[in-house]
Amino acid sequence: MPPGISASDFYNILPELVLTSGALVVLIVDVLLPKERRGALAWVTLLAIGATLASLVPFRSTHVEVAQGLLAVDQFALFFKVVFLVAAAITVLMSVRYLEIEGASPGEYYFLILCATLGMMIMAGGIDLITIFIGLETMAVSFYILAGFIKPSHRSNEAAVKYFLLGAFSLGILLYGMSLMYGLSGTTNLRVMAAAFAGQETDARLVLAVILVVAGVGFKIAAVPFHMWAPDVYEGAPTPITAFLSVGSKAASFAMLIRIFLEGLPSMGHDWRLLFEALAIITMTVGNIAALTQSNVKRMLAYSSIAHAGYVLIGIVAGTSRGITATLVYLFIYAFMQLGAFAVIVGLRRADVAGEELKDFGGLHARNPFAAFAMLLFMLSLGGIPPTAGFMGKFWLFSAAIDAHYNWLAVIGVLNSAVSLYYYVRIVVFMYVKKEALGSEPATSPTLAVVLGVAVAATLVLGVYPRLLFELADASARTLGAAGVTTSLR
Amino acid sequence: MLFMSHYLSIILFTPLAGALLLLLIDKQNESAIRWVANIVAFIGFLVSVPLWFWFTPQGPDFQFVERAPWIPSVGAEWDAITERVKEYYIFLLVLQTGMLGAFMSLDFLLFFLFWEVMLVPMYFLIGIWGSANRLYSAIKFFLYTLVGSVIMLLGILALYFAYHNDPANLGAYSFDITRYQKYAFAANLQWWVFLAFFLGFAIKVPMFPFHTWLPDAHTDAPTAGSVILAAVLLKMGTYGFLRFSLPILPEASRQFVPMMVLLSIIGIVYGALVALAQKDWKRLVAYSSVSHMAMVMLGMFALNPVGITGSIIQQLNHGISTGALFLLVGIVYERRHTRDISEYGGLSKVMPVYAAVFLIMTMSSIGLPTLNGFIGEFLILQGVFVASKVWAAFAASGVVLGAAYMLYLYQRTMFGKVENPKNERLLDLSHREFATFAPLLILAVWMGIYPAPFLHRLETSVQHIILRVSPQYAAKYAECNPLPTPEVVAASSNPAAKFLSAMPCDANGNPLPAAAGRP
Repeated sequence: MPPGISASDFYNILPELVLTSGALVVLIVDVLLPKERRGALAWVTLLAIGATLASLVPFRSTHVEVAQGLLAVDQFALFFKVVFLVAAAITVLMSVRYLEIEGASPGEYYFLILCATLGMMIMAGGIDLITIFIGLETMAVSFYILAGFIKPSHRSNEAAVKYFLLGAFSLGILLYGMSLMYGLSGTTNLRVMAAAFAGQETDARLVLAVILVVAGVGFKIAAVPFHMWAPDVYEGAPTPITAFLSVGSKAASFAMLIRIFLEGLPSMGHDWRLLFEALAIITMTVGNIAALTQSNVKRMLAYSSIAHAGYVLIGIVAGTSRGITATLVYLFIYAFMQLGAFAVIVGLRRADVAGEELKDFGGLHARNPFAAFAMLLFMLSLGGIPPTAGFMGKFWLFSAAIDAHYNWLAVIGVLNSAVSLYYYVRIVVFMYVKKEALGSEPATSPTLAVVLGVAVAATLVLGVYPRLLFELADASARTLGAAGVTTSLR
Repeated sequence: MLFMSHYLSIILFTPLAGALLLLLIDKQNESAIRWVANIVAFIGFLVSVPLWFWFTPQGPDFQFVERAPWIPSVGAEWDAITERVKEYYIFLLVLQTGMLGAFMSLDFLLFFLFWEVMLVPMYFLIGIWGSANRLYSAIKFFLYTLVGSVIMLLGILALYFAYHNDPANLGAYSFDITRYQKYAFAANLQWWVFLAFFLGFAIKVPMFPFHTWLPDAHTDAPTAGSVILAAVLLKMGTYGFLRFSLPILPEASRQFVPMMVLLSIIGIVYGALVALAQKDWKRLVAYSSVSHMAMVMLGMFALNPVGITGSIIQQLNHGISTGALFLLVGIVYERRHTRDISEYGGLSKVMPVYAAVFLIMTMSSIGLPTLNGFIGEFLILQGVFVASKVWAAFAASGVVLGAAYMLYLYQRTMFGKVENPKNERLLDLSHREFATFAPLLILAVWMGIYPAPFLHRLETSVQHIILRVSPQYAAKYAECNPLPTPEVVAASSNPAAKFLSAMPCDANGNPLPAAAGRP
């Protein structure tokens, strides 16, 4: 056993180990199964995800550091791990039919989804720059490949190359910032780093490091002006991957952001909060305004997802425990509504129809009332209309901003959410008001129906009874750092 | 007791239960859907009737009166809606729940939830079943209201945290309106929150210059949509001012009087002048709404008991008369499919009953004595006159202009010869249509001749508001109209006693001659 690592460390990373084994099993089964029966791999993948979720149970209230501060196993990480795993499971369910239509081989696909999930889990648990970076790379590389997974499609290839080039560039910037942080503090552990920086005079080099890290993280969460890749990649990537990218990757990047800035750089709070405030404002505004004119729904949802990163940043800027709770709650809720919306798009995908254009939604309500109702609900939820979950999430975010006296940020936020309804309602208009059935009959598959059912139920239940989620998120936010968020910050 | 304590919930969820019931009916079976929807709406009305009698002086609900005009509107669309009948009625019933919920909520967050929930069904009502420009009008209505309401939400949050942060409140988190109404918020905060609320409510009323969504929405909505908009949704805005702005932010309300009065006066005159110039029948009624609602706002911001009472009464009147006018337009539109005033003329000869009903509602809208409109306008003018004679002069000009555009409309459509051959064979009101108007006619006459039951029920609500926003009236109240004692409250649970107890003071707090002789 290497020095500094004990047997209990292996126990504490049990969920990650289970997931890794699951991924390997998928690869092996892929080789063993005859080609025409490889659709069954989806169930193996789901089993792996289920087993990982089950293995999280013993860590409900654990609060330890693994391998002398490489990883933290706490409720904050746990909360995010649940989000990732649920998102991964929904993505797998969505993919079954999609892969059949595209004729892509499922083995590597599911393996890469599990790898990406593993990377996310490490990002959420990482309290050391090295671990975080390894997690980030694991996730990013998996997504580079997944984005280009539909090999015959030019758009898919273009998406992959764009994502890879820009992603590699941004990782370089992030890494440069991290190296500066290491050089100034002499440690890569975020908690040690926070202690080293505490009470120091603000150093210009540290400010530079903060700016670089913000830029690197900004790329990952697709904040304006680092968002250029998002619309192209979202549009070109296979739809389930777009969904997973916009939910899982985003949530993981926010987890990383919270770890780095709240755990590692609380002493620089004033500086990075200012940066994030500016980012939040332009991200919300640019994202929403750009979304207004899109006619491709995937692209529209890409811009909407950019705007949502802006909303979530409000919670980070507020920085209080209410703000962090709101961030967690919002990411959780966002996962369901965003995945649900993409599931409807997947349902519209036919061999001959892309199902991504606004007109493909024409008269959907007459062709498939349930899909139309589900989409209506997701759109209202993304727009923040009660009684959907999206309202509760936004409500908590804006209340955190008001509580922390960021009144103008809240005003800009709510105005933006009003603007955003214009394009969300546009889809609804196509589905409900346009009479002519423009698109073809959406195919209903049992797996998609399950996805829609789960997403609809979550959107409604969390909108009417969000209390349990709030309590869980609140408990998770409080485990951050040694001293807790509220005391270390405001 | 369990039944009584959940009575409001029963009222609230009756329509929603009806909507769920409709989901189960096959969509081909349109007549069943119509019957179920109408019966459910009527049950919803019936279950709320007892509130009228149970009303106790502390009870904050004056929502029941607001609802009265709503019932006929479902029946009015019996034949007009022929497509997607099922969804139409589901949206109507969901809307009804939203409206009831908003008026009933004593929790600010809940109020906001219902307020927003109403937007979606209303959007669909206009967007799917409306006329030519419906999509534009629907989204305009939706976005306008939404912008106002999200800003209002921030105002609510500001109050919420201010209340929480005051050590006197022991860190309680509360959206309870009754607590807010007893609490004095800092003047600076009040100022900002008033502005936030103003945006939310003024867009809904709508006050000049936020009125531009209203003519579009009204014109393009189906008849029932217009009626609900006029009779209930617009009142959400005035209700908001009365229930939230005035009692929770009294200082700011006083500060903003000049602005509110100026905007109201502009609204009265401008709305009336624009109405005078309209060629579209429904648009004319829509602009008359702008003018009337401005009158309501002016009475409210006179900030004296008469003005506020008049303002509330006038809201009911507006619901009755404008609701009826929209129904009337809807009826000829159904027959002729045009709203162009120049297409009509001489209708009184072909449709005498219609013309009679239209005449009564026109007079009610103008404010002819013995009809309801008079009571409201008179009280408002009286209240405004006490506050400022100049304002009263402008308000009175609104009444004159109101008579001008309504009578001009009546003359153009009802009198003269039947020149357009298409109008020669128009059918008069059917029995079902007449039955729709009957409750409105009865209410209009009842409120015009014997408004005391209505005024009486408003007394304590108005008094609560006045004591917060115009404390100078407190002394007068204490003198001759003390706040209800527990005995009075107990006595008032007997409905008969309430009718018998007379007002010892007039609405401005001056003792009535009869009161002198009382022990």
